[in-house]
Amino acid sequence: MSAGGGCRVLIGVGNLYRGDDGAGIAVARGLRRAGIEGLTVVELDGEAASLIEALKGADSAVLIDAAAGPNPGAIHRFDAAAGELPRGMLAWSTHAMGVVDAIELARALEQLPERCVVYAIEGRSFEAGAPLSPPVEAAAAEVARRVREEFLRGVDPEARRDA
Amino acid sequence: MARRTIKVDYLARVEGEGALNVTVRDGVVRDIQLRIFEPPRFFEAFLRGRAFSEAPDVTARICGICPVAYQMSAVHAMEQAFGIRVTGPLRALRRLLYCGEWIESHALHVYMLHAPDFLGYEGAIEMARDYPDAVRRGLMLKKAGNDLMRLLGGREVHPINVRVGGFYKVPIRRELKAVAEQLARARDAALETVRWVATFDFPDFTRDYEFVALRHADEYPFNEGRLVSSKGLDIDVAEYDDYFVEEQVPYSNALHARIRERGAYLVGPLARYSLNFDRLPPIVRETARAAGLGPTCTNPYQGIIVRSLEILYACEEALRLIDSYEEPDAPALALQPRAAVGHGCTEAPRGILYHFYRLDEEGTIQEARIVPPTSQNQKSIEDDLRGVVSGNLDLPDDRLRWRCEQTIRNYDPCISCATHFLKLDVDRG
Repeated sequence: MSAGGGCRVLIGVGNLYRGDDGAGIAVARGLRRAGIEGLTVVELDGEAASLIEALKGADSAVLIDAAAGPNPGAIHRFDAAAGELPRGMLAWSTHAMGVVDAIELARALEQLPERCVVYAIEGRSFEAGAPLSPPVEAAAAEVARRVREEFLRGVDPEARRDA
Repeated sequence: MARRTIKVDYLARVEGEGALNVTVRDGVVRDIQLRIFEPPRFFEAFLRGRAFSEAPDVTARICGICPVAYQMSAVHAMEQAFGIRVTGPLRALRRLLYCGEWIESHALHVYMLHAPDFLGYEGAIEMARDYPDAVRRGLMLKKAGNDLMRLLGGREVHPINVRVGGFYKVPIRRELKAVAEQLARARDAALETVRWVATFDFPDFTRDYEFVALRHADEYPFNEGRLVSSKGLDIDVAEYDDYFVEEQVPYSNALHARIRERGAYLVGPLARYSLNFDRLPPIVRETARAAGLGPTCTNPYQGIIVRSLEILYACEEALRLIDSYEEPDAPALALQPRAAVGHGCTEAPRGILYHFYRLDEEGTIQEARIVPPTSQNQKSIEDDLRGVVSGNLDLPDDRLRWRCEQTIRNYDPCISCATHFLKLDVDRG
């Protein structure tokens, strides 16, 4: 799915059927329900070519992914437009190229959106069929709130004051 | 004693985890060990006690890059066991799904994993800064393959629409026509790909491989055919165990396969191409000749050209299949389980993938065996490396290590599949 010309895209990455790996998808679905005008919401599994395609043509992008880490529910925010992403946390992929590779490839191809933020939510359980663990569910709701605020701030400073 | 060690502790740009140890004594290569330390995965044991209908989806999980191959070998084995034969539009749709997997898997390997070796880059990201148009072309091809997989398989990774006897849901003509335009652009990009990779510098290195691939009466092989080799093998898939054997080696979690009477053999694009050149459509044969290839190819580095030709073939074949598609009456054939054994062998992007199942009267799996292409190629990879290291001992360690890694990537090894794979360690004494 292309983000289309000059628009804003939110990309939730993950797998809803693998416990906390569904965090990014949960945020995407929450924001889709909230219906932010002009925001394209995309759900992806992390495959690099699809991710680069989703970033193409967007002015502004926020990407949310689950990460492996010691503190379930911990939220990390990276400004991908400002510089290279740390490899350790988001490097997990079975597809030879993952989220970090996709973003760095988009940067090398000069098609990384002007604003590009990556949120990583640390997960605890990645068991098949498990729901989000309570700390990750709470973190997903918090990231959805922050992302909504980021998008509103990006477009209209007045709207942010009202949010 | 002069001793030289070359060590690659963790092989990059391959799927899964492996390493390479090379030992050289007094200028002679003493030992080559391709060590696969990706842990064993026990899929064959998981399958015991499961219903026949679960095998395509369970085995698809062995690999994120070639799940269709696992599904296809599984369904063909089950169908052989139950005595049914999928023909007509359902068979055509299976070929079309396989086209999607070949396009996305080969495009990933040619552009993102292998081309950087020939152009002197650490990886695709570094290469993209100097060759942005090429990398964009690779991404466009990968997307065309992904989109075809999503349309027929339900999603691009681990498709969920394949079942024994056919599919859960089949596309209508209009849905297929919608991807034809994208595939026509992909075909042009595939032609460009062949022209681009043909300009690379290829090491002067050929081997007398025993190529093994499927051969079909009139098609370039995906799902069906006899198992043939360049040294006279011509057998039914069900005879696989009579001619091939898997052995454990102490340094690797992947079994080594060999032909009982002769040893190492090679599966994958080079083998398929060299055994089936006459089954390629004229445009692919002409493109191959223009790229400097004859009807056989024994230089493993030129595998990148053959892989690109197979992308072109897959685009051509996909367009042909879409053009002639008629919606089937039902998405799957009816079947009746019975106590039987079934053998399936199909052409995964990396080469033949063999499945064997023994089923009880209700279709419950009693025994399962899966032989992936990478474990079949391990001995040939080691033999290539022995030749490459012996012929390049004058190179400094870093250049020799690079050449070894490039040699391993000639095979597009799928280590996760084979663990049932890399680090390089060259000990020069």
